[in-house]
Amino acid sequence: MTWPFESPDAVEQLLDQSDYLADDGLATVVFLAARLGRPLFVEGDPGVGKTELARALAHALGVPLVRLQCYEGIDATQALYEWDHARQLLHLRAVEARSRSSEPEMLEAEVYDRRFLIERPLLKALSLAAATPSGQAPPVLLVDELDRADDEFEAFLLELLAEWSVTIPEFGRVHSDTAPLTIITSNRTRDVHDALKRRCLYHWIEHPTIEREREILRRRVPGLAWALADDVACAAAALRAAGLYKPPGVAESVDWAAALQLLGVERLEAPVASATLGVAVKYHEDRPRAQQAMVTQFSTGRRVEDR
Amino acid sequence: MTSPAAVPRDPLTLVTRLRALGVDVPLDASVAFGRAIAALPQPDRTSLWWAACATLTSSPEHREALKVAFNWWWAGAPALPLGDPLGPPTDPEVVDAGEHDADCRNHHDVAYGGDRRSGGRYSPAELLRERDFAALGPEELAECYRLMRALRLELPTRRSSRRRVARGARGEIDLARTLRHARRTDGDVVVLRRRQRAQRPRRLVLLCDVSGSMERYSRSLLRFLHAAVASGPKVEAFTLGTRLTRITRELRLTGVDRALAEAVAAIRDWSGGTRLGECLRCFNDEWGTRGLARGAVVVILSDGWDRGDPALIAAEMSRLARVAHRVVWVNPLKASEGYEPSARGMAAALPHVDEFVDGHSLAAFEELAEVIRR
Repeated sequence: MTWPFESPDAVEQLLDQSDYLADDGLATVVFLAARLGRPLFVEGDPGVGKTELARALAHALGVPLVRLQCYEGIDATQALYEWDHARQLLHLRAVEARSRSSEPEMLEAEVYDRRFLIERPLLKALSLAAATPSGQAPPVLLVDELDRADDEFEAFLLELLAEWSVTIPEFGRVHSDTAPLTIITSNRTRDVHDALKRRCLYHWIEHPTIEREREILRRRVPGLAWALADDVACAAAALRAAGLYKPPGVAESVDWAAALQLLGVERLEAPVASATLGVAVKYHEDRPRAQQAMVTQFSTGRRVEDR
Repeated sequence: MTSPAAVPRDPLTLVTRLRALGVDVPLDASVAFGRAIAALPQPDRTSLWWAACATLTSSPEHREALKVAFNWWWAGAPALPLGDPLGPPTDPEVVDAGEHDADCRNHHDVAYGGDRRSGGRYSPAELLRERDFAALGPEELAECYRLMRALRLELPTRRSSRRRVARGARGEIDLARTLRHARRTDGDVVVLRRRQRAQRPRRLVLLCDVSGSMERYSRSLLRFLHAAVASGPKVEAFTLGTRLTRITRELRLTGVDRALAEAVAAIRDWSGGTRLGECLRCFNDEWGTRGLARGAVVVILSDGWDRGDPALIAAEMSRLARVAHRVVWVNPLKASEGYEPSARGMAAALPHVDEFVDGHSLAAFEELAEVIRR
């Protein structure tokens, strides 16, 4: 019985089944968000696994994941719903062409029918949540990179998060008693408005420790040798401490480990590291510092015995 | 809000302590904290810490204060010595004596309402605008500050991705509006309605040098920063010296004196040494990568005297110039006679600067506002 969550440990175990390794803090916060019915606002450096959290949660609970990718200029039409005007016009023309005299009210009702309504992610999540039988887990709604949207969209989202009901003028009111499990992510390129943050539970995801990262690499790259995983985790930690413009996240270290495995590398040495550095470090200005960090790491860094 | 019997500590105490340490905790956050404690199956120290983090903080900067408050709360909330943050608040010190705390927004015409007779007689306000800040006495400085409050900065605009209603034949077709209007003509589309991309003001980032070499101008520059921050919501202000300090929040407080007092209190390295390169690197790493400087107009107010490595300044300025829309350097010494940008920092930074203006008098600031607007 995975829903409702019994304790933070249950959440941790559940996410573990989907190969997402969450630490105590994240598991506690997810547990509280589900229990209190509040959205979860996660911030962190790019690549630490914010989007992945939503995916893993949906996969573990066996519920659909509805994703809304925010960008500058997004508004209610792209986020909530839109009428398919072209099809409506076509319908009117078709009726006219057949010269069937229908009552005006019936024609209007036909035009504003469900089949002409394009449901965008927020409305889709709301409808799915409304249709969930009580006692079962609601769908997971992921609002990705909210900091890319602007203030007007935040105000609109805040209203939705408070009420969980939408009134479509021509249609009626769509309301859900159970709120979807909402996860809002932000890369912190700008400060999201306080009112929205207050509505949610807040969590900052840090880069993982070396041990945890090693475990993540072993899970995500099947067949990865223990020693190589440890090498990559140590190297990634060294790069993050090197003061780069854009330090590598977990996603980059997973890619790096996969690339090294593909190349048949057994242990990570300085020349191989330099050659494959482009997988982890994506800024040209960062390369000198990253190279330096790699040289230091492999001359003095820790090495684990082959297991 | 009930606490379970297992927790002998009152959640409100933690919230009060946190507020005293300067973290703004709204009412519903404390309610949420109480509910979170009730929802936890095992309220041990770790779970309570994470529950506090999730409900009482809204950014990683608050965690430090929360750590202090939580440790104190967990230890049983011992009584604090006098003079602590929980003590009575002290009045903020007034920055300049003889300054009115009137928040009146004078318009240019009122401030400059002197005689303008064709005989070439200038009003005292006109003369004051041209004079160097370093040469003014306290009453004249107060008058200058009063005039500076009327300064309003206009920011250049950029196209945003949001669409606005467009009148006439410009822009792309707005299908929804067109069909809505077509209802008037029985479903036939007679008029095409359009929409176009909206204009948005760019962000303005001000980096002000407050080191010892700029001491004569620092107070006036701080006033200018305050006027700039008051002009609009997209202005950010920082100070450079031995470290980088963000003072936007302090400058946004209502009441000129209070805002300036808070800002001065926040700046720890007033009239210290200059480490321009380090501060610029700090700005680029912490704020520039977050996108604060991207597409923004960056104004650096400094004389360029630096003790550090000019190569670092050059590297950081090039990084900044790549990201920003325009970089403007304001040097109060530029207007003095025989000035050559020979200071090493200045010379290193100059190739990456789009506009190089002087900032020694009120007239120079007005010209700066004009340069920013372009």
